[in-house]
Amino acid sequence: MTFFLVQLINGLKMGSIYALIAIGYSFVYGILRLINFAHGDLLMIATYSAWALMAAGVPVGLAIVIGIIITLITSLLMERFAYRPLRKANVETTLMTSLAVSVLLQNIVTLIFSPQIKAFKLPDAVTQRIQIGSVQLQVLDILIFAVTIVTLVVVSFLVKKTKLGIAMRACSDNMTAAELMGVNINHAIVFAFVLGGVLAGIAGIMYSGEYISFSPDMGFMIGVKAFVAAVIGGIGSFGGAAIGGLILGILEMFFAGYLPTEVTNYRTAFVFLVLIVVLLIKPNGILGVSTEKRS
Amino acid sequence: MKNKKITQNSGFRFLIVIAIPLAFFIICQFSMSAYWQKMITLFLINVLLCASLNLTNGFTGIFSMGHSGFMAIGAYFTTLLIMSSADKTARIEGIPGWLANVHAPFWVALLIAGVVALGVAALVGSLVLKAKGDYLSVMTLGLIFIIKGIVENNDSITNGSRGLSGIPNKLNLLGVLVVLILSLFILYKVVHSSFGRSMLAIRDDEAAASSLGIHAAAIKILSFSIGAFFGAVGGGLWAMLQGTISPSYFYLNETFQIVEMSVLGGMYTLSGSFYGAAILTFLPQLLSNLESGFSIGPVEVPALYGLSNIIMSIIFILVIMFRPRGVSGTSEFITDTMFSAKTYRDLFHRETWQEFADIVKTVFTKNKSKAEVLHTTEKKEEKL
Repeated sequence: MTFFLVQLINGLKMGSIYALIAIGYSFVYGILRLINFAHGDLLMIATYSAWALMAAGVPVGLAIVIGIIITLITSLLMERFAYRPLRKANVETTLMTSLAVSVLLQNIVTLIFSPQIKAFKLPDAVTQRIQIGSVQLQVLDILIFAVTIVTLVVVSFLVKKTKLGIAMRACSDNMTAAELMGVNINHAIVFAFVLGGVLAGIAGIMYSGEYISFSPDMGFMIGVKAFVAAVIGGIGSFGGAAIGGLILGILEMFFAGYLPTEVTNYRTAFVFLVLIVVLLIKPNGILGVSTEKRS
Repeated sequence: MKNKKITQNSGFRFLIVIAIPLAFFIICQFSMSAYWQKMITLFLINVLLCASLNLTNGFTGIFSMGHSGFMAIGAYFTTLLIMSSADKTARIEGIPGWLANVHAPFWVALLIAGVVALGVAALVGSLVLKAKGDYLSVMTLGLIFIIKGIVENNDSITNGSRGLSGIPNKLNLLGVLVVLILSLFILYKVVHSSFGRSMLAIRDDEAAASSLGIHAAAIKILSFSIGAFFGAVGGGLWAMLQGTISPSYFYLNETFQIVEMSVLGGMYTLSGSFYGAAILTFLPQLLSNLESGFSIGPVEVPALYGLSNIIMSIIFILVIMFRPRGVSGTSEFITDTMFSAKTYRDLFHRETWQEFADIVKTVFTKNKSKAEVLHTTEKKEEKL
């Protein structure tokens, strides 16, 4: 039972991180039909900026906030200089451009900080362990859950109730119609990248706090998995991305925890197997709506 | 005189696409350093990998990102078939007896590797090709992780993540060139058959194509499989050239490099693969010299790791912005010249060379000073 609980908590932790990234993916994909491979690298940007600031003596809280702001700015720059000029280009071109942006970000960071693996140290107050029932937890774990829940609530409010959020969802439904109704497309897209950037920043700090070691290529694989989570949940849907992320995180941890080691080496392969199975059963994901073109 | 462009003249096309490169490759084979021979062979292999990817990505509209997975299949099957049994038992711990003893000449090995990849692609394709667009891309990307997982976790066959080394190289530059031309010829024939036209129809509008009686699912799977076949052949050649393989070689970097080549060169044509492969084979090599530090006059630039990748990705983004269809656009200049009978037939006509000479003459007269040109036009006007 304890083992089950530990795996569940690990799964929820990983799932929370996936969920936050998946939401950003989902917003951007919903509007632009663009798989932004560079989105995962925003985690890395957040981690490196926060780490560099902490190393320079900035207090931890402030360093993290500035790190998230830097991530947000990176996200905006990405939109402005790489994706906006390509808005009319075909899907494959933008997909490849996002890969190029990903390589660019990774290598700029490599250039500045060297490719070595580094350790991300949070203060002891956060990393100390506490005993709850039969399970040992880090304070950080509880923080991760709390921050995820708060973030999800705030974002869901922003998306559902504010004018920009509604504009963004309208664009995601039908860009042309939204434009004809007087929605400023650029504002909606920028809003999606702002939200995506902030969420990825938060997720990046959480991930590095939890797993400690980080390197310039840390974000890519998590990014791809988060995209898988978004697809599983139903891309373009806010709730879908969150649920997809949690499901994927939990499944992955149970897979790693319960099956014999010969099988667990296939962990990444397993993620894609889940993707294939889900898409075969529900081609638009769990909460997705059909996007099939009927002409 | 007809106002004809020089690129339409068969004589010119023959010289620029076939005669000069062929001469260059032969010279290269016999008198260039091993390093450059290897680079140029790598370029030829990249052309093959890229052209086979264009068949699925550009012509059929299935944007696959799993090409390095098929490369891995090709590389491992070729390697295991051409290595001597003594070598295999020495290098791979616990290799089963039958595998150690099985052996084939390299061309049989390449064919077998291709057929295996074709089978895998047909199997994977029948599951995955129901998805569309970006979903499909991500699923094919997943193929790489799955294949890497399998290779890494079957130590007794593949030697796991340590990889294999000491692969005998059975083909020199000209041998690879022959394989490339043969493969390109087959791809060219595929593209210009009714099957190829069905692929284009599916790419442009799948619903319309199906309603006209094209069996879209079957054609998509078949084109994916043919692409995989040549991808595996390319992988086999790659393994022979490099001499060592390991699962990490056929991972994201490699697959993105091929896709980048394909998009950069122009994925809607077979010719595009030449441009894409040329840019991505030679440019990073030149740029990587910069990485270890250099000096401009008195200014010492320190070693900058990752600089070449930064420059490459900026070049990529810029090219894509100004030429969204890649360098070649829609022109099949190279393959059309290589494989259409017209080129060779025209070589025996006097008019071709006459025309060629004329065009060359006009080109040179154009370069003359303006005064002279004015003079000649005045003369012409006087005549009139």
